[in-house]
Amino acid sequence: MTEWLNAIVQGVLLGGLYALFAAGLSLIFGVMRLVNIAHGDLIVLAAYMALTTVMVMGVHPLLALLVVIPLMSIVGYILQRLLLNQTLGNDILPPLLVTFGLSVILQNMLLEAYTADPQKLNGGAIETASVSAGNLSIGILPLLTFVIAVLVIVCLQWIFYNTALGRQFRAVSDNQDIAQLMGLNKGHVFGLALALSLAVCGIAGVLLGMRTSFDPSIGSGRLIFAFEAVIIGGLGSLWGTLAGGIVLGVAQTVGGKINPGWQLLAGHIVFLLVLAVRPRGFFPRVEH
Amino acid sequence: MSSLLEAQALNAFYGDFQALYEVELSINEGDVVAIVGANGAGKTTLLRSIAGLLKNDAHSIRFNGTPIGHYRADKVAKLGIALVPEGRQLFPSLSVEENLKLGATVGRKGHWSLHSVFELFPILKERRAVASTQLSGGQQQMVAIGRALMSNPDLIMFDEISLGLAPVIINSIYEQLPQVINQGTTAVIIEQDITRALSSASRVYCLQEGRVKLSGRTDELTRQQITQAYFGVAA
Repeated sequence: MTEWLNAIVQGVLLGGLYALFAAGLSLIFGVMRLVNIAHGDLIVLAAYMALTTVMVMGVHPLLALLVVIPLMSIVGYILQRLLLNQTLGNDILPPLLVTFGLSVILQNMLLEAYTADPQKLNGGAIETASVSAGNLSIGILPLLTFVIAVLVIVCLQWIFYNTALGRQFRAVSDNQDIAQLMGLNKGHVFGLALALSLAVCGIAGVLLGMRTSFDPSIGSGRLIFAFEAVIIGGLGSLWGTLAGGIVLGVAQTVGGKINPGWQLLAGHIVFLLVLAVRPRGFFPRVEH
Repeated sequence: MSSLLEAQALNAFYGDFQALYEVELSINEGDVVAIVGANGAGKTTLLRSIAGLLKNDAHSIRFNGTPIGHYRADKVAKLGIALVPEGRQLFPSLSVEENLKLGATVGRKGHWSLHSVFELFPILKERRAVASTQLSGGQQQMVAIGRALMSNPDLIMFDEISLGLAPVIINSIYEQLPQVINQGTTAVIIEQDITRALSSASRVYCLQEGRVKLSGRTDELTRQQITQAYFGVAA
């Protein structure tokens, strides 16, 4: 019994990481209907950024966030203004193709720069520390990841519904022409949206790198998890994204508990079941 | 008198389709200009061109002497031109107050603020927290007008100001119009109702199939001239 409970708790905490993967993806889809195929590779890019920061400055990976988050935001803003804004229009195919290309380019650049050897961010004692709750023992790092995920969602939710920036995000999402009439430069607003999305990728990348080893090829796998969390939770809902991440995480750990080979399979099966039963996810917000 | 807005040889296109042909237009400061014409005459296209939603030749539109034909809509808005679009076009995911605040994005100073807009339309203050989709058509039009005023524009343009509204609502909107315009604002109104257009405007332009057929001071034109320009046939 305890073993199963343990699997579920680990799954919920893992879901926090998946929600972090997914939040940035959900955000830019909500603001500009852009499906970013390179999202997973950008998370891996952030992990390598953190690796370099740790090696050069000799700091703890969590401190490297102070470098990675601003750097990823700048990358996001520039990427949006120079490249992705040119692809947005009535046709949804060009941004798909361009971000797919970007994904290939990023993987190969990382391969050139860091080789295919698996790397890991060394978090030190925090990786093995745990707290006990009854018969359960909960790892500090997964717990921290989950807490950060919740904080990130709270933060994004607050930005979206309580700030001038959030108002601008929602306005361009509703109607780009009219938003432009009100004096909003949509190119700039989109740039800020991707900057915010990649800031979250930065956090996700560092936590991913502390949890498991990574190499340049794992981005597409993270993208699938992010997609599944977004779809399960419902398009456009940030809290739904967290719920989606948790459902996916629990499915994977419980599946893995039944048979170690079933871990990923169980996640995908639950995703397909949700698609079959509730094609719009649990908490859909987007009406299109 | 100095021209606030001037259009010279303005041609506008939707892809290969030409919607405006060599349109000449001149609006003086403080004017209220009515644009009349049948459906498809190019009235909305003209306003979209001025507002920057359609790209044009730079010199075909001048505002205070500056060529703005090629400006993007947000740059035009910052210069002080506001458009109240046809069909209100409020932002559905924003509340009434958020819609109004978004209108102030350009940050121009002047008479209009959340406070003065609520004074003009008291009902909006009551319903400030409500989603804009839950308002009646007339209230939505008030938000659309308020949103445009929040930018403290020098020129405000109303596209089909009374389309889809009940006559009693249209009356009350027109009653508020002088208050809107008296704050040093120049206005352009597209109105299907010729009588109303003539009574509230000082100048009128009549468009037909993308061309200016007739223009002049409202007190110098006869109804017959306008009807003829409107329908393109002798009435």
